[in-house]
Amino acid sequence: METIAMPAINLAVIMPEILLSCIAMVLLLVNVFVPGKNKAYLGYLSIIGLAVTAASAVGGWGPSVSAFNGSIVQDNFAIFFKVIFLISAGLAILISDRYMVQEDCNQGELYPMILFATVGMMLMAAGTDMMVIFLGLELLSICLYVLSGWNRASLASNEAGLKYFLLGAFSTGFLLYGMALTYGATGSTKIMAISAYVMGNPGVASNPLFVVGMLLIAVGFSFKIAAAPFHMWTPDVYQGAPTPMTAFMSAGPKAAGFAAFIRVMIFAFPMLRAEWGDLLWILAVLTMTVGNIIALSQDNVKRMLAYSSIAHAGYALVGFAAVNAEGAAGILFYMLSYAFMNIGAFAVIILITKKGEVNGNVQDLAGFGHKKPLLAMVLSIFLFSLAGMPPTAGFIGKFYLFSAAIKAGYVWLAIIGVLNSAASLYYYLRVMVFMYMKDPTEDFEWAGATPAIAVCLLVAVGATLVLGVVPGTVLELAQKAVQF
Amino acid sequence: MNQLPLLSILTFTPLIGAILLLFVNKNSHGVLRTIAMAVTVVTFVLSLPLITGYNAPGSDIGGFQYLENVPWIAAGPFQMSYHLGIDGISLWLVILTTFIMPIAILSTYTAVEEKVKEYMICLLLLEVGMIGTFISMDLFLFYIFWEIMLIPMYFMIGIWGGKNRIYAAVKFFIYTAVGSLLMLVALISLYFKAGGGDFSILRFYQLHLDPATQMWMFLAFALAFAIKVPMFPLHTWLPDAHTEAPTAGSVILAAVMLKCGTYGYVRFAMPLFPDANAQFTPLIATLSVIGIIYASLVAMVQQDVKKLVAYSSVAHLGFVMLGVYALNQQGVTGGMLQMLNHGVSTGALFLIVGFIYERRHTRAISDFGGLAKQMPVFATMFMIVTFSSIGLPGTNGFVGEFLVLLGSFESGLRWYAIIATSGVILSAVYMLWMFQRVMFGELNNPKNQTLKDLNAREVAIMLPLIFLIFFLGIYPRPIIDSMAPSIDRLIAQTKVQKQVAEAAMPAAMALPPGHMAVPEAGAAPAGMPEGHPAMPEAGAAPAGMPAGHPAIPANNEAK
Repeated sequence: METIAMPAINLAVIMPEILLSCIAMVLLLVNVFVPGKNKAYLGYLSIIGLAVTAASAVGGWGPSVSAFNGSIVQDNFAIFFKVIFLISAGLAILISDRYMVQEDCNQGELYPMILFATVGMMLMAAGTDMMVIFLGLELLSICLYVLSGWNRASLASNEAGLKYFLLGAFSTGFLLYGMALTYGATGSTKIMAISAYVMGNPGVASNPLFVVGMLLIAVGFSFKIAAAPFHMWTPDVYQGAPTPMTAFMSAGPKAAGFAAFIRVMIFAFPMLRAEWGDLLWILAVLTMTVGNIIALSQDNVKRMLAYSSIAHAGYALVGFAAVNAEGAAGILFYMLSYAFMNIGAFAVIILITKKGEVNGNVQDLAGFGHKKPLLAMVLSIFLFSLAGMPPTAGFIGKFYLFSAAIKAGYVWLAIIGVLNSAASLYYYLRVMVFMYMKDPTEDFEWAGATPAIAVCLLVAVGATLVLGVVPGTVLELAQKAVQF
Repeated sequence: MNQLPLLSILTFTPLIGAILLLFVNKNSHGVLRTIAMAVTVVTFVLSLPLITGYNAPGSDIGGFQYLENVPWIAAGPFQMSYHLGIDGISLWLVILTTFIMPIAILSTYTAVEEKVKEYMICLLLLEVGMIGTFISMDLFLFYIFWEIMLIPMYFMIGIWGGKNRIYAAVKFFIYTAVGSLLMLVALISLYFKAGGGDFSILRFYQLHLDPATQMWMFLAFALAFAIKVPMFPLHTWLPDAHTEAPTAGSVILAAVMLKCGTYGYVRFAMPLFPDANAQFTPLIATLSVIGIIYASLVAMVQQDVKKLVAYSSVAHLGFVMLGVYALNQQGVTGGMLQMLNHGVSTGALFLIVGFIYERRHTRAISDFGGLAKQMPVFATMFMIVTFSSIGLPGTNGFVGEFLVLLGSFESGLRWYAIIATSGVILSAVYMLWMFQRVMFGELNNPKNQTLKDLNAREVAIMLPLIFLIFFLGIYPRPIIDSMAPSIDRLIAQTKVQKQVAEAAMPAAMALPPGHMAVPEAGAAPAGMPEGHPAMPEAGAAPAGMPAGHPAIPANNEAK
């Protein structure tokens, strides 16, 4: 029914993406033309850029507007996620400068790179065409490969970059293949068209082409969100990558993976929710359990947080497995809280570790609680929030995720979830045991927070507590964001 | 109604104190201690009007009063409110908390010399959690306070504890967290079963759940509370936590925190799931009795005074549970009194252990002997507290234990009561034997010959406790009277399902409260609470409460 004509172009819908891309490109040029070793100003400029983008994105809150012939949409769901991405990019930028200077790799391209990655994430959340989602994912991934290998002098960082690249490319292959098969089975790459086709032809559910396509898409996304058993790349990449980038990767891109996953799974295949539920059930249990069990035995705090981030993807999958509005809203809320608490925790880790990321073991934290009481208290709040203790954002998030599962009838899933939470307490408490309860063996001198990191910590701790005590407004927004 | 949000003020005064302490220089110990002390004293004074104001003329006698109800979170399927209120049961636990706190803080003046600031902050946050737990009427809010309580206690044990403190702290935390997380799952399920609305406990009281659902929800709640009480065989965290905790920590843990577990039963597990509760009564009574006997036997052979007191706690809490599960006026009253008594006398015992530990840095019984000659004041006070712990007539312990045994003897738990009575004897054995070995005999250890008697501060700490020991022992009437209407409601609520089931039965004669029908008690076979007609208590409930409807106070009274 379409004539050969240019589809209606509505640039307003992708205004935030355009803005951020332009800002990133301008910053690239600024970096070239402004001499000097100090690149911190680029970070501040990026933050202004992120704020402008956020304002433009939030301006679109309300009824959804579709553009580019249904390939991209501006809806509350996308906007909520965009805000999460922008926040995590902003927090990551705040903690970058000190680390990069310490590790001698403060090239100015870092900041535009983060911004481009953010554009990729925003496209993933807003895309309603598999192709747009795929392009967004590629834009994101390529930036992340570079960012995780950013520290050229460090072998671990090189390894992280290469590993992420190889496995990422591999998983992208799965995803693309799945998309191609789905296209073959349904005749479209547009999510709404696929959905309509599936509604109209229920027989397609038994078409092997379609089923395999769907499964491959699920595998591809599971790689991206690091769900077990597709999590193998995570610990090495997270540990090897520069710490601020690890913080960024564990918050933003993971949320982006969830955004696209939810969009594709819940919208494109609405008929198959029950089947999804069972599949995601297994994924959730595996992911939580594997992440937590391995995290239990980690001495390196950064690596521990990497494994725990696998477990957190598992908790989010619990909400996903419920396949109901509460679950989806729970994921939105949880991803937002997770961005604050996890990046916050990494920010303290940055202050603890010395050049070359030494002193990053939990044993090295002995006495930290008494030498740096404020930093230790802040880290404790983040860890309690990660463990899901009230009155923090992590508790409210988990509460909503698990209650979504209970509402959907998955009581056992919720029970496994809370038991996992209890197991995770052990390794989070262990950090506090060393910080507060062990006497230091060596006399470490810890650096204080730089102003940028202090701002990051202040924002993160404030948000963690505010979202824990008065989460109502944000929860309501999350609820609105999933009413399609 | 009282216009001042007294309960909120009570809960958050310590929080304000804790925030205030953050800004005090960590080396000015005197200032830190004074502020903490002042804050807790103020909190205590603020809590006193609750006693006089409760059951004021014109109020809902025995119901929840001092209500505060503000919508808090409303998103998705849930509606949480900031809903506070107290009844005769929680009233006294709040008073106990505010009363113990200044004593605990006073006891740390010399015991804690390091990291005073953090310690005081922990103590104050703990008070926030404990008061909040007792006054929350919204289950979600309750859960939050319940969990918050863990965090400061964890740090207190872990930072200022003894040799094995880290093990004890982590064990304490994870043990209790597992229980409460399972309770969380049950709590959410309960909410969905109830359908849309808020998390108010009053709304859940009116639910009629099917027995299968009740059973597993009861198990989840009961597990969480049983760990906290702690009931045999879930008590193993307690001796570790108590022994390693600093004195103030032990005092608060014993005096107040354990009560959160028994309070949980009384407020939530029993009235919310009456059918399951009836079904599990024999099991819980059995575990209580095993707890009493087992803990007493273990206490007898302890070498460490503090561990002995810790095990005696397990035994006392067994009495509390037995009394509460007798589910008649005397039993529940006894259980509630015993909760308060245990708070006073075990709190005092831990303080006493703290006094000698501070002087000698040992708690082994064999290191002492003959202290009575050297420290006469200490000996007298120790003696009184020991008697109170044993339950000698004239002291508070007697009233509680007697009512518990009487109540359970007259209920379906007669045989349990008979066995539990031997626990009273055993408690005399381990307490007196310990007392004899520590206080009497030859004063032949040279280190003990220079011990100083209690100083003025220590006497000041002990005097209020000693006063309460006698006051509660001789004239417990005001407390019993103010609890009675609430206890009637509790019993009626807990038996409500059975009444529905036995609606065909003719209503039994109404008896005045405090008097059980003798023939009925005789007819009830042991361990078979189902065969136990519920009518007398319900009929005896004041103000013409309709049977089967445990008068639900209207929410709009909050304003």
